[in-house]
Amino acid sequence: MKSAQHKPGALETRLRQTRDTGRKILVPYITGGLTGWIDAIRGAAANGADAIEIGIPFSDPVMDGPIIQMASEKALRDGATPISILHELRGVDVSIPLIVMCYYNTVFRAGHTRFANSLREAGVVAAIVPDLPLEESAHWCESADSIGIETVMLAAPTAPDERLPRVVERARGFVYAVGLLGVTGERTELATTAVAMATRLKKITDMPVLVGVGVSNAAQAQQACAVADGVIQGASVVRRLLDEGADSVAQYVGEVRAAIDTPVSTNR
Amino acid sequence: MNPEQVPRELLTPGADGRFGEFGGRFVPETLVPACEELERAFNEAWSDSLFRTELDDLLREYAGRPSILTECHNLGAQLGIRLILKREDLNHTGSHKINSVLGQVLLAKRMGKKRIIAETGAGQHGVASATAAALLGLECKVYMGAVDIERQSLNVFRMKLLGATVEAANSGSRTLKDAVNEAMRDWVASVETSYYCIGSVMGPHPYPFMVRQFQSVIGKEARKQFQEICDGSDPNIVVACVGGGSNAMGIFSGFIDADTRLVGVEPAGGAAVGRGTPGVVHGMKSYLMQDEYGQVQEAHSISAGLDYPGVGPEHSYLASVGRAEYPSVNDQEVIEGFKLLARAEGIIPALECAHAVAWIAKEAPKIQGQTVLMNLSGRGDKDVAQMMTILGDSLS
Ligand SMILES: Cc1ncc(COP(=O)(O)O)c(C=O)c1O
Repeated sequence: MKSAQHKPGALETRLRQTRDTGRKILVPYITGGLTGWIDAIRGAAANGADAIEIGIPFSDPVMDGPIIQMASEKALRDGATPISILHELRGVDVSIPLIVMCYYNTVFRAGHTRFANSLREAGVVAAIVPDLPLEESAHWCESADSIGIETVMLAAPTAPDERLPRVVERARGFVYAVGLLGVTGERTELATTAVAMATRLKKITDMPVLVGVGVSNAAQAQQACAVADGVIQGASVVRRLLDEGADSVAQYVGEVRAAIDTPVSTNR
Repeated sequence: MNPEQVPRELLTPGADGRFGEFGGRFVPETLVPACEELERAFNEAWSDSLFRTELDDLLREYAGRPSILTECHNLGAQLGIRLILKREDLNHTGSHKINSVLGQVLLAKRMGKKRIIAETGAGQHGVASATAAALLGLECKVYMGAVDIERQSLNVFRMKLLGATVEAANSGSRTLKDAVNEAMRDWVASVETSYYCIGSVMGPHPYPFMVRQFQSVIGKEARKQFQEICDGSDPNIVVACVGGGSNAMGIFSGFIDADTRLVGVEPAGGAAVGRGTPGVVHGMKSYLMQDEYGQVQEAHSISAGLDYPGVGPEHSYLASVGRAEYPSVNDQEVIEGFKLLARAEGIIPALECAHAVAWIAKEAPKIQGQTVLMNLSGRGDKDVAQMMTILGDSLS
């Protein structure tokens, strides 16, 4: 196993500490600009989230399934822009790290340096750009690194063994293990690839490894955490925000927290 | 730009998949290994004489190549130019799409894939994909915008008849752009068994390059055929319509080093090169119609096949270096162009190519006496129902 060659930033330092105390890491995803999204962030933070991933809605989200697509369309219809979302985030007084998820055209259109600066000014510490793979990431990463924004890299089940270490090497904050072959959305079962990916990654890095995409409820989060350092929950959170509102998100985050605080074995 | 400095060479993109600053491979990490595998497989196949022979045989005996040239004596005289058509409308399935599809589906088979995914706008690429899948024994799923399913219902039925499954894309503008999104989502989930058969010179590397290579048969044939009927000379102007840009790249590729004006005609409501700015969507960096925040704008065109806010990266490159020009025409001009070719020559063009006709008619006063080679990329049968609604009783 290789230790990080880079100096860990705010997110990575925080997540390493959390992990090293034996606590599993929980990161809910919330689409920025939806009705009640700021309350949902506060509620999630108060109920056991360790960081929050905020999605900046994009017109053509190719990594997203129906729920997050619907949320993105709704937020855009209601007038959300990257600027309005980052502006509202400045007023959020939670004490956990904020991460932004956005498609690359949002970054490209704003300009790398300008975008990284706007994240920092909004108090965001990290970025996930799902359509910017390793080979295309150098320019953005250079700007992000120099401004202190940690770029989380995704590692997918299709990556051959030879590729994973290169992805991990470029990752900052944590490594995002893509849990299945497919787009975001709720599934009835946790795919076998979720734990398999976490296992492959844990073998080659001591950075925190979080599983996301297709982790759909408390029980699946618990299963994934048998190997992973934590989980990202997207569609299951966004669906609750869309259908039931911010309180429902807070309650759900509390449920998932309780589940991952209880290891699988003692629960059966 | 000084005309002397305009590059006159066809580019082969390197490992970064770029045409100048355009192109690349902006895809989810899940798809990167698949794109790399495809790049290797295509390069191997393209330099394998067995593969090339097999493809050439299919193009000849199944698609009906070479397609002929037809001189438009009536319309030419009317406009004061010499107008010659490259007849891609006479190919099996009725458009140029079959050229790339036969190549891609043969390649898919060679790669051991069992299933073809395709997106379609007008339905021509969907029909071609369903056709090739039927011929070569693969399963086929076609994504099509709900709006397009409505206006191209004949092609939807043809695809089903050929054994393909047609799935409606109901997000966003519910046209071609959204069909591409759905196809990419399917591909992310099924990448191990499925081959994504892209319909134009777009998407992540190697697609824009690969589809151009498959379509270059149009330009190769056309250059030789044109020289045969025009005493060894090249046309003054080559014209084609541009949606993603595959029929245009196909014919342009044969004349890139010639002393010929290359004109790609875009719809006014989907003028990516004409009105767009550089952006990244569908795996590529290219000109794109987008707002100040990078949200992709919806295109609006009478022709489903050109209703796309982006364009293949090689066209962005050719525009940026001044080798090709990209004017646009509006829907009304297209309707006139559609009627014009039908009445003057007895050829009903696809609405897509009616864009090229419309530009030629409009430009005619400025190009008197010149030779114009137009790529007639498809036939108009699929558009007749739509035109019946639009023209109705106005025809006499
Ligand atoms: C006849 C015809 N021409 C042109 C196009 C546009 O595609 P491209 O620009 O890739 O040639 C289509 C697409 O459906 C078509 O059916």
